[in-house]
Amino acid sequence: MSSVSTAATNESADVPPDGPSGERPDQRRLRPGQGWARFLREHGVYVALGLLVLYNVLFTAHFNNVATIQLLFAQLPPVLLVSLGMAMVIGTGGIDLSVGATMAIASAVMAKLVAPASANGLAQPIFLAITLGIGAGLVVGVFNGVVVAVAKVQPIVATLSLLVAGRGIALVITGGALVELFVPFLKVIRQGQLFGIPYVMWVAAILTVAVAVVVRRTTFGYRLVAIGGNLRASVLAGIPVRRTLITVYAISGVLAAIAGEIATARLRASDPSYIGLLVELAAITAVVVGGTPLSGGRVRIVGTVAGVVLMQMLATTLVAHNIPNSVSQIVEGVIIVAAVYIQRVARSSA
Amino acid sequence: MLSVRGATKRFGGATALSGVDIDLFPGEVHALVGENGAGKSTLIKLMTGVYQSDAGEVRHRGEVVHFPSPREAQLAGIQTIYQEVHLAPQLSIARNVFLGRERTRFGALDLRRMNREAAELLDRYGIVADVRRPLGELGLGIQQMVAVARAVSTDASVVIMDEPTSSLEPREVDKLLEVVGLLRQQGVAVVYVSHKLDEVFRACDKITVLRDGRLVWTGATRETTRRQLISRMLGREASDLESGLRTQLGNRRPPADQPPVLTAAHLQRRFVLEDISVVVRPGEVVGLAGLLGSGRSETVKAIFGALPLDSGTVTVAGHPLTRATPASRIRAGVGMLPEDRKAEGLIPELSIRDNIGLAALPHFSVAGFVSRRKQGEIVEVFMKRLRIKASGPDQKVAELSGGNQQKVLLARMLCLNPKVLLLDEPTRGIDVGAKAEVQTLISELAEKGLGVVLISSELEEVVEGSDSVLVLRDGACLGSLFGDDISEDAIMNMIAGAAEQEMVADETQAVAQ
Repeated sequence: MSSVSTAATNESADVPPDGPSGERPDQRRLRPGQGWARFLREHGVYVALGLLVLYNVLFTAHFNNVATIQLLFAQLPPVLLVSLGMAMVIGTGGIDLSVGATMAIASAVMAKLVAPASANGLAQPIFLAITLGIGAGLVVGVFNGVVVAVAKVQPIVATLSLLVAGRGIALVITGGALVELFVPFLKVIRQGQLFGIPYVMWVAAILTVAVAVVVRRTTFGYRLVAIGGNLRASVLAGIPVRRTLITVYAISGVLAAIAGEIATARLRASDPSYIGLLVELAAITAVVVGGTPLSGGRVRIVGTVAGVVLMQMLATTLVAHNIPNSVSQIVEGVIIVAAVYIQRVARSSA
Repeated sequence: MLSVRGATKRFGGATALSGVDIDLFPGEVHALVGENGAGKSTLIKLMTGVYQSDAGEVRHRGEVVHFPSPREAQLAGIQTIYQEVHLAPQLSIARNVFLGRERTRFGALDLRRMNREAAELLDRYGIVADVRRPLGELGLGIQQMVAVARAVSTDASVVIMDEPTSSLEPREVDKLLEVVGLLRQQGVAVVYVSHKLDEVFRACDKITVLRDGRLVWTGATRETTRRQLISRMLGREASDLESGLRTQLGNRRPPADQPPVLTAAHLQRRFVLEDISVVVRPGEVVGLAGLLGSGRSETVKAIFGALPLDSGTVTVAGHPLTRATPASRIRAGVGMLPEDRKAEGLIPELSIRDNIGLAALPHFSVAGFVSRRKQGEIVEVFMKRLRIKASGPDQKVAELSGGNQQKVLLARMLCLNPKVLLLDEPTRGIDVGAKAEVQTLISELAEKGLGVVLISSELEEVVEGSDSVLVLRDGACLGSLFGDDISEDAIMNMIAGAAEQEMVADETQAVAQ
């Protein structure tokens, strides 16, 4: 009886296609439909990405050349890094709206330290500036984590405060102005390559693999997913919930800080009112489109990467076809709704 | 009133229901019984439009009907009350009673009228509650009663109750069965799904037994016995059940006189617990008896560090525990099985493997990395030992039956090798077979020297399973019973006695004034 009873609670999806004999053929035809719904939920982002690449190869002039692809990939790393942190935070059932402001703070801290005295800076070595910039991201992340995990403020509210205040802090640090940076090492970050691939891509790739390993293989990764899946149960199972949550937000802060420094290097300046602007929304979009549910309990790193590439390529494609910015924003909105809808349908039919 | 013919439903390749017939008549209470996964829920969902059947037909008042969604079924007068209350906890009781068919006046909500009508309705069914208060402030039991009142207030012709008593106290069950009786008098056809055969025999006129999605038996309640019914549900011979009829907790020798493994002394929390002390020796099962809200769950939660205390001490194996967090209590060798499996225990989207391994992660991690091999070995051992039925360790825990989910949670605690186990309603809402298995397991664990604290709403389970029983009421300890003194009567008397004393006290106070 066990096989029947488990299958009955099993509901639709996980049952192998060859059922008992003697059933009607129309039932058989129904099943690929269910399979498709499931396939789309799990792999929709890859399908969409594949279609978009195919479209570009066929219809977009100059898509098949190295420069276009390099440009595309040069724009990716900051959003990708922020999205990785966002995926982990969303996996715990939270959200981090402060990532854009964190990028600005890290950029401002770096600029203040490295800029010469004539530009109101401290004229410190660039490596110290980079390190302390990342340190600033860590501080912001820990602050978020403490507010969420210890003070038990809802994540959206806790991180909203820094979304609002963060850019102000960054402007105070730089003295309210854009700070231009003429540091040779930033040019290395901007243009340096290893095996024909930019350094920043290497950094992004290594951090992506690191985050994926952390999420899938470490105690910490198991715990963060459990917390997102059921917070009360996680507390009662003896999971160090506070420590785990603070660490998650801290990682998000550090990744955002690195993203902020890369963006600064590309811009050759620290502009607190521009760096990382609206990146939190781009990251949330990429994570959701990549198949990580906003309700938490699951983290999809590869999906997130695909989501980032998809959204970036979509923007590039629309620009290449001279479609106005307003329209491309609407298209992005449609894609977000579609991504969430696919997940929702799958859940309610299960 | 409502009849179903040849109902069949498949999910993917598996048949959940196959050619089932059921006939409901006005003024008749019809029990639907069977083990978990027998197809009870599927049948109900076919009748109420949640699922569409693959074959067969539903007739309502003689006509073939087709409900594309639950709303159509409700409009036709078929109301369902689920195991868990599906209402809005933030809204007032009155608003909940009229949810979806609010009384309005000039386009605005007529709160006064809703409050008045809701109060009348609740009063008719003997439910005492302030209808203006949010539903969520009430106990689960009263919430369930409100759900029943809501269903019957819609002039339903068919009321389907899916395990309505699984979270109710005995007293509340009585109340609910009274309401069921009223419905019968009003000529409503009632479908009553329950695991509790007591209730089935008390309240139902007819019984239908399902097993593996098939109709096994249907007939009048007076023509059958409990044992026959159980054997039909399990598909075993009645003689096999000889021992299974009683709970599996009995027949254990009393524990030797050893130093206590758990001492909780003078637990105190304002308005919740009042000077409660629990002592458990190795191999001893201490039952906590009392009604819902008596402080049973709060006591074990406090021992587990999940409920902050104003004062009181907890000592495990001679070591006083200072930090009151579940994590530190687990490290000290205390394990708890929470009362609310879904809300407090399971991580539904994760696999059996990850759910079992959750608390013990540090034990099979090296430098922060989880060893899948070590985790897999331990999980396999416990899946075998507790006989967890699943397609494999990677099956999602949400897909398991209640009994198997409970075993997963037990396994999560057992793989920590605890000294003390706190079990809050370990057999609630699980089928007869799994219940016996869990009870056997508890007694095996005690024999191996664990200290067990057992909470159960079923007095029988506490009485047969415990070496000593602590009786609680309103967060205070009324007294304790040992060995042969433990009986259902003794416990009831204790609780009733306290209630009487209170009444007398109130009266003298009134006289004095």
